[in-house]
Amino acid sequence: MTDDADVIDAAFAGRIGGFDLNVDFQAPLSGVTALFGASGCGKTTILRCIAGLHRMPGRLSVGGRAWQDDVAGTFRPAHKRRVGYVFQEPSLFPHLTVRGNLTYGAKRAPRDGNGMPPVDFDQVVDLLGIRGLLDRAPVKLSGGERQRVAVGRALLSEPRLLLMDEPLSALDRSTKEEILSYFEALHQELKIPILYVSHDIAEVTRLADRMVVLSRGGKVADGPVGEVLERLDLQPMTGRFEAGVMLTATVAGQDRDFSLTRLDHHGQTLTIPAIDAPDGTTLRLRVRARDVSLAIQPPTGISIRNVLAGEVVEIREEPDTAFAETLIDIGGGRLRARVTRQAVAELELAPGRPVYALIKSITFDRRSLG
Amino acid sequence: MPDLSGLWPPIRLTLELASVTTIALLIIGTPIAWWLARSKARWKEAVAAVVALPLVLPPTVLGFYLLVAMGPDGPGGWLAGLWGERSLAFTFEGLVIGSVFYSMPFVVQPIRNAFEAFGDRPLEVAATLHASPWDAFWSVAVPLARPGFLTGAVLGFAHTVGEFGVVLMIGGNIPGETKVLSVAIYDFVETLRWTEAHILAGGMLIFAFVVILSMMLIEKRLGKPQP
Repeated sequence: MTDDADVIDAAFAGRIGGFDLNVDFQAPLSGVTALFGASGCGKTTILRCIAGLHRMPGRLSVGGRAWQDDVAGTFRPAHKRRVGYVFQEPSLFPHLTVRGNLTYGAKRAPRDGNGMPPVDFDQVVDLLGIRGLLDRAPVKLSGGERQRVAVGRALLSEPRLLLMDEPLSALDRSTKEEILSYFEALHQELKIPILYVSHDIAEVTRLADRMVVLSRGGKVADGPVGEVLERLDLQPMTGRFEAGVMLTATVAGQDRDFSLTRLDHHGQTLTIPAIDAPDGTTLRLRVRARDVSLAIQPPTGISIRNVLAGEVVEIREEPDTAFAETLIDIGGGRLRARVTRQAVAELELAPGRPVYALIKSITFDRRSLG
Repeated sequence: MPDLSGLWPPIRLTLELASVTTIALLIIGTPIAWWLARSKARWKEAVAAVVALPLVLPPTVLGFYLLVAMGPDGPGGWLAGLWGERSLAFTFEGLVIGSVFYSMPFVVQPIRNAFEAFGDRPLEVAATLHASPWDAFWSVAVPLARPGFLTGAVLGFAHTVGEFGVVLMIGGNIPGETKVLSVAIYDFVETLRWTEAHILAGGMLIFAFVVILSMMLIEKRLGKPQP
């Protein structure tokens, strides 16, 4: 994040609806950066300002080029910004077929290149699995198909930056799952930087590399997803129910008899319901704080398969509630555990105290794997 | 057998007048409809009301003011002076101008409704796909508003064909110049030439039916997307 040419530098201030927006953040022009926050915190407005669809006092430069600079009086109109925008609703042009929609932006893409290899029509069509839909009318597509076409249309306009505004929120759960896997494939193959707006921490954990946490029009944190998720003080923003951390582990073997997969996490073993991936594959696991229990001795005669030795790093008790949030170092990674304050007192939990973190295997559903 | 040769000139004149008026209305009415649909100005409804006035105004009132405006002392007289005429009244050009005012609401309203119906989103999408506002207007707004244009054009044309009061006030009854169908029918009835009146009136009835039916059929087929 030192070279201007590789960052998005954005700052906007102004009034929207009932509150003041005032944010200032940098994001690398690579990987996926999530703008995360509750509904109505201003994240969509920020994205619209970046696309030039909404104008608010501030400054914006992308890859070293000023798109908005109020001091110099620069404001590049939306159609001259090299962004692809995927709206919450697919918003396909109903008067064009799928092919017509896909080529609309491609035909109008600036010819000077965007510093990246040109996006190939066939590659995008195959990656998104929409070849069979090319001659259909948008009204004949399912919700998931429409959103895939919308993503393809944005990509084919050769953007320097892809903006996605909660592209999954209008979809049902199984369609979401399907689209997420397409997004992951895109992310791997095309290397296009993405700014991803979401209020769903599970989605963010699965897709994003970095995140900017927003609350009531202001930025409260930003950094790599793993680090941000470990911060106990952000709990009000990241949400009680969904709060958790991200662990990175590699596949170490399969137990076919019991349909389990063993993972290695810095020397400790995790057992999860079988997934189809070769040994050595790196996986992201999301572990919610509410799914982790703590013990001060290694438990015996217990059904829980995952017992990880670690050490308490931080405890945050929540006054007037039954609970406390704890952060546990398990050697190379950290877990959050949500336990009762009574347990903290009885087990004499305190920073530095060795503990065992217990996680049921069922916790790792497909949704938490990436 | 009555002489039917007198029937053709008013028919031809009426078709000419309606065609020229419809084209003029599409050219003038579209930007007005666009502005009414997209502008956030608070006084735009006042402009919309002015455009809609002919809907409630007696045609003779509109015709009276137009006659004054087109006379030798009005702006129309000055305009006519450019090509050496004294007045726009009692000319074909005058009829076109009068018809444009008279049929304006029938063209502007459906087009405005069509522009409003699809909202901002398609235009925003077009902008993020590198389409300039002008490009987006032609490649997105116009195709999406196609049913509105069709309705507007057909209503504008048909309404001009049926115009009577305004024509009588500003055009009079000059054969081949300002004597349109509706005036001719009136004339035939006045002079008790019922056969000619029947032919023209019956023709208008069939014309009106065919226009409305074909408009409905075409509208149904317009939904098909292009590659």
